[in-house]
Amino acid sequence: MGEPGTKEPLSLEELEAATNLRTGRKHVLSILVENKSGVLTRIAGLFARRGFNIDTLTVGPTDDEAVSRVTLTVDGAVHPIDQVTKQLHKLVNVLKIRDLEPGDTVSRELALFKVAADGVQRGELLQIAEIFRGKVVDVTKRAIIIEVTGTTEKIAAFETMVRPFGLIEMMRTGEIAISRGRTET
Amino acid sequence: MRAVDALMACLKAEGVDVVFGLPGGANLPTYDAFVDAGIRHILVRHEAGGGHAAEGYAKATGKVGVAFATSGPGATNLITPICDAMMDSVPVVFITGQVRTELLGTDGFQEADTIGITMPVVKHSFMIQHPQELPRAIHEAFHIARSGRPGPVLVDIPQDLSRAEIDYEPVGDVRLPGYQPRVEGNQKQIRQAAKALAAAQRPVIYAGGGVVNANGSEELIEFATSDRFPVTCTLMGLGAFPAPHAQWLGMLGMHGTRAANYAMDEADLICAVGARFDDRITGKLSEFAPRAKFIHIDVDPAEISKNVPAHIPIVGDAKHVLAKLVVEYRATGADPARLNAWWTRIEGWREKYPLGYEDSTDSEIKPQYMIKALFEATGGEAIVTSDVGQHQMWAAQYYDFPAPRRWINSGGLGTMGFGLPAAMGAAVGCSDRLVCCIAGDGSVQMNAQELATCAQNNIPIKVFIMNNGYLGMVRQWQELFWDGRYSHVDMGQFPDFVKLAEAYGVTGMRLEDKGTLVEDFKRAIATDGPVLVDVRVTREENTYPMIPAGQPAREMVG
Ligand SMILES: Cc1ncc(C[n+]2csc(CCOP(=O)(O)OP(=O)(O)O)c2C)c(N)n1
Ligand SMILES: [Mg+2]
Repeated sequence: MGEPGTKEPLSLEELEAATNLRTGRKHVLSILVENKSGVLTRIAGLFARRGFNIDTLTVGPTDDEAVSRVTLTVDGAVHPIDQVTKQLHKLVNVLKIRDLEPGDTVSRELALFKVAADGVQRGELLQIAEIFRGKVVDVTKRAIIIEVTGTTEKIAAFETMVRPFGLIEMMRTGEIAISRGRTET
Repeated sequence: MRAVDALMACLKAEGVDVVFGLPGGANLPTYDAFVDAGIRHILVRHEAGGGHAAEGYAKATGKVGVAFATSGPGATNLITPICDAMMDSVPVVFITGQVRTELLGTDGFQEADTIGITMPVVKHSFMIQHPQELPRAIHEAFHIARSGRPGPVLVDIPQDLSRAEIDYEPVGDVRLPGYQPRVEGNQKQIRQAAKALAAAQRPVIYAGGGVVNANGSEELIEFATSDRFPVTCTLMGLGAFPAPHAQWLGMLGMHGTRAANYAMDEADLICAVGARFDDRITGKLSEFAPRAKFIHIDVDPAEISKNVPAHIPIVGDAKHVLAKLVVEYRATGADPARLNAWWTRIEGWREKYPLGYEDSTDSEIKPQYMIKALFEATGGEAIVTSDVGQHQMWAAQYYDFPAPRRWINSGGLGTMGFGLPAAMGAAVGCSDRLVCCIAGDGSVQMNAQELATCAQNNIPIKVFIMNNGYLGMVRQWQELFWDGRYSHVDMGQFPDFVKLAEAYGVTGMRLEDKGTLVEDFKRAIATDGPVLVDVRVTREENTYPMIPAGQPAREMVG
C-alpha cells in the first residue's frame, strides 16, 4: 500500500453491508481437522449450541494419518454460512475449511436399499436398479439389497422409485465431495 | 522427573507467579510438586472463588491467571468461572485433576467428564493421554489463552499420568497449525475506514473490552483525538477511554447515558472497536442505529457481522488496527469543523439529560451517592471490582474510570459472587494498588468464604457492600415490569455482615450516615488488611436511565 492515506473522497452512501448472510442453497463444507480425540464432538457441539442443523456428516481418514476430513452439508437458506464457517474456524483443531462451489465439485453418496421382493415385481425392480446403475448386492427370497452411488439428488430419486415396492430399510453414508481439476480440496 | 514437576517448570517458564487452587485426591501428585516448586499457591475456600480470583488477577495485570482444582466436584465448581472467562474473554488456564486412566468412563469415585462438561465454554481444552504430552499442552494452553481473543483453556490430567516419570525437555515453540489469530488488520480496509470516517458527519466510536484486552487504550485516545470523535464504551470497555474527557459520552446500553445512546441512534457512522453488539447494547436489533454504517474492528472474525452486518469489516486487534487507522485518518485531511453541528446536538443531550438522582434530605445514603463518595475517598485511583446487580450499574455510571484495567466486573455472564474473589486476585496481582470491591448484599454471600483466604494471606481488599436488603435488580424489574408483585427478592437484614467479617478474621464496619461517608471510607481504606464494610443504603431505589429489554434506545426511561 506504500504511502499512507488518500484524499480521494468517499460517500457513506456507497458503502454496502455484508449481505451474504443467507445464501438460500445447500452448502458442502469440506473440513480438514487434526486427528485428535474429541474433535468431532467439538464440531457437533458447536453446531448444536449455535442452533445450526447438520444435514449430512461424514468423517474419514486422508492420505495424512494426522489429519481427517469431515464433509458436512448445511442449508444456507436457514443458516448464515459465513457465521458457521467462522465459528468452525475458531476450533483450534480445525485446519482448513472449503465451502465447495457446486459447479466446481464432484460429490457422491452411497446408499443401500433393502426392498421387499416377494412378488411378481422383482423384474421391474431390477430394471429400475439398472437404469440408476444400481448394483444388486444381496438377494434372498423375500428381499433384495441394492447399492446406489451418486449425487444426493439421484439417490433421492431412486428412493422415490423403489418406495412403492415396499422399502424395508435404507442407509445412506452422507455426501463426500472433492473439487474438480488439479487443485486440492 | 515426574510429569507434575515438569508442569511446575512449565508454569515458571510461562512467568506464573501465583496459582489459586484447592487440592483433592486426583491432584495429590500436583500438590506434592507444589511443596518444592517455589511457586506461590493461594489456598482458596471454594474452587469458584479460585477461578474468579484467577480472572481478577488476569484482568488487573493483563497476564494469564491460573486456577487448579481436583476432579469431579472440584472441576464442576469451576464451571461458572470458566464460562465467565469465556463470555468476557479473560485469559485463564484451568488445570484439573482427573481419575486414573483405568477408571475413566467407569463412573469412578469423583469422576466427572470435565472435558465434556466444559467443552461449550472453553476456548480450547486438552485431555492428557500420555504424560510426555503434558509440557507441550501446558505451553499451548497458555499461548491459546492469551493470544487472539483471550479466553479460558482447560488442561485435564489423570492422576496416574501426572505422577509418571517423563524425559522433560523445555518446550520452546507451539505447534498449532489450526490456530493463527490475525492481529494486524488489512491495510486496504483500514484505509477505507479512514475515508469513511473523513466523510462522516455524525460519527461515534463505540469501544468495548477488546480495547482493554489488546492494551489499545493509548491508541484509542490518539485516534479519537486525531479529530473530535465522540467516544462511548461498553460496560466491559470502561476505562479504555478516560471518563473525564471532553469527548467522552459515558457508557452506552441498557443503563448507559442518553447522550451515548442517542448519539448511536442518530449516528451516520459507527466505528465499533473490540465490541460485540450484545443485546444489552443494541436493544431492539431491528431499530438499532438505523441511520448508521458500521466499521467493525475485532480480533475475532466471528464477531464481525454476527449481530449487525458490517460495512467495513477489519479483522485485527484494537492496538494494531487503531495505530494504523490514525495514520490513515490524518492523511485524509478531514475538516474537524464538519463535526460542529454534531457536537452541538450532543451537548444538547448532555445538558438536558445528565446522570442524576434525587439526594436524600436526611442522613440516608443513596446508592448513587455511595459510589460518588467512594470515588472521592479513593481519588478515582482504585482498582474496582463489582458483583452483579444495581450496585454494578451504579458503579459503572458514577465511578469515572480514568484508565483501563481499573474496572473489573462480570459483564457477559453476569455472575453474582464475582466481585470479592476477583478483588482478591487483582490485589494479589497488583499489590501496590488499592483494590476495592463494590459488592451487592446478595452477591457477596455467594463467595463470602474467600474472606478467610484474604484474612489468612493478608490480602488487603476493601469490600464495600451496597446493602439494600434486596436482590435489588430483580426487585426493580418486578416493580417496573411485573406490576410490583415482589417474589422472593427480600433478604431482610441477614446476615450481620460485621459479625461475619469478624468471624473470618477481617475488620468489619457498618456505615449508615451520609454526612461522614467519605471520611468513613477513607478510614476503611487506611485500615490494614482486608476490610468488609456494610453500607446501608436506600432500600428501594431504581437504576436509571434504562432501556427496557428489547426496546430501542429512543425508548429510554427514567
Ligand atoms: C449467580 C446468579 N444468580 C442469579 C442472578 C440474577 N440476578 C441478577 S442481579 C440479582 C440481584 C443481585 O442482588 P444484590 O447482589 O444484592 O445486588 P443489588 O441489585 O441489590 O445491588 C440477581 C438475583 C445472577 N445474575 N447471578
Ligand atoms: Mg442488594
